[in-house]
Amino acid sequence: MSSSPSDSVSSSAVLIDGLEMRYGDKVAVDGLSLTVERNTITAVLGPNGAGKTTTLETCEGYRKPDKGTVRVLGLDPRSQRRELLPRIGVMLQSGGAWSGVRAVEMLRHIASLHAHPLAVPMLVDRLGLGECGRTPYRRLSGGQQQRLALAMAVVGRPELVFVDEPTAGMDPQARRTTWELLQELRADGVTIVLTTHYMDEAERLADQIHVIDRGRLIVSGTPFELTRSGRESTIRLVVTQPFPPHAPASLQRALGPQIEVQPIHEQSLLITGPADANTLATVSKWCADHDVLPESLTLGQRTLEDVFLQITGRELSR
Amino acid sequence: MTATGTFTPRPGAAPLVRQVLAQARMETRLLLRNGEQLLLAVVIPVIVLVGGILAADKVGLEFATTAVDTLTPGVIALAILSTSFTSLAITTGFERRYGVLKRLGASPLPRTGLLTGKVGALLFVELLQVIVIALVALGFGWSPVLTPGSVFGTLGYAVLGTAAFAALGLLIAGALRAEATLAAANLIYLLLLAGGAIVFPASSYGVMGGLLAVLPSGALGTGMRTALIDGAFPLTPALILLGWTAVGAALTARTFRWE
Repeated sequence: MSSSPSDSVSSSAVLIDGLEMRYGDKVAVDGLSLTVERNTITAVLGPNGAGKTTTLETCEGYRKPDKGTVRVLGLDPRSQRRELLPRIGVMLQSGGAWSGVRAVEMLRHIASLHAHPLAVPMLVDRLGLGECGRTPYRRLSGGQQQRLALAMAVVGRPELVFVDEPTAGMDPQARRTTWELLQELRADGVTIVLTTHYMDEAERLADQIHVIDRGRLIVSGTPFELTRSGRESTIRLVVTQPFPPHAPASLQRALGPQIEVQPIHEQSLLITGPADANTLATVSKWCADHDVLPESLTLGQRTLEDVFLQITGRELSR
Repeated sequence: MTATGTFTPRPGAAPLVRQVLAQARMETRLLLRNGEQLLLAVVIPVIVLVGGILAADKVGLEFATTAVDTLTPGVIALAILSTSFTSLAITTGFERRYGVLKRLGASPLPRTGLLTGKVGALLFVELLQVIVIALVALGFGWSPVLTPGSVFGTLGYAVLGTAAFAALGLLIAGALRAEATLAAANLIYLLLLAGGAIVFPASSYGVMGGLLAVLPSGALGTGMRTALIDGAFPLTPALILLGWTAVGAALTARTFRWE
């Protein structure tokens, strides 16, 4: 079967090519290219200020790209916005409702703008909004406002949902409810693009993860690919005094070529590879031999946090 | 994939008319729920009406007709000003602040539909205001001219006044911060109430009268009074209101920020 370029454009849910966005002199998105396949949960992961929301809002048609191309469901979000909007659901990071409107009243209103909306009581029930259904929006808790915003995004039975930090500030129970709903949406054929700075959210939920930082794509892959789960572990060593300059090389020699030693900053090292208790013992002995006083020494599975740290030299969530 | 899932996509916009009606109903409910807006919309005009009638009696103000017949059309004009300008500006300002406009911007409702819905809500609230004011005025012996001309004039000026003040209200709401909009919209309301030739005829302001007559408030007041006292539809105030509408709408279209 042959596929023309236009086929590949329309077969992916979102296509971003060379996107550049600026606010005045500040570059928010810097040559970003990525693709979101249909029927997936795709996470755009990055620290605050990485350009996630700007990217999402460009896909939603709120912002005009300074450079590059964005296609959503094969449509231009600016020039074909009216055609696109009924087909997508949008969850803003905050706000989006009148302060005096009651929660269910707001949801009903958004539903009434769509041709075949979901049953509002079902959605209210699924997201646990029943108890606050008659509460004015301004008196809802942050988590309730988030869940209402999610309900508003999906009530129109969209093909594609953009959710911006869906679980920020939610309690664990509400987070689980939200995750379950997103997973069920995908199972029923909805494509979901979410931004998050929680790596556990991306790891547990996403089929595909795009890690971005300072407006650039750093790495893409499935959670498994990104963490090479099961085969690799990491050891993080934090010490009380700055390392002597030769320390990384010296530790590298002690551990052997299988294992990679990477300085994060002057008092912290990341050790990646098939590390186990023996490796830990070697590191511990090396510390003793070199008069280095560990503040913490931890062995764990390689996480997205480590991936981000390795690539950028900075912590993902702080 | 089988179409059996709860969330299986079935996107689509509701018919535009249904969307606009839903928006108008929603905005009406929110306007009527807001206590401060109701004060502005009904209580103040009624106080002005009753106070004006009683004061005219006491100090022996001389109008060409009875006090209630002279004042009621102006008070109706004031009610239209309060809703289509002040209420609209304040609610729209806070809709910007709270991301309501942004969220509705991602819904199937187009901007023209949003605007039509808003105007629908304004006209409905104005109808309720006019009913309350008319009932109070009738209690004081109001005897408006009831002819096809007066009905046409009243409705026509209600629409023209709403258009002009809505354009100006949106101009403020789209450019200033919500708090500044709140302050400005209330201040302008009070200034026009006192000195805008809306409740009292422009002629009662002496030499300033000619100037005040070209304000949207003066034009709306004159139009309402001519319709309800003389049963006519004066052309000049209508053109003045159309002019304000055009200027307001053009500036709003250029300056309105949705976020």
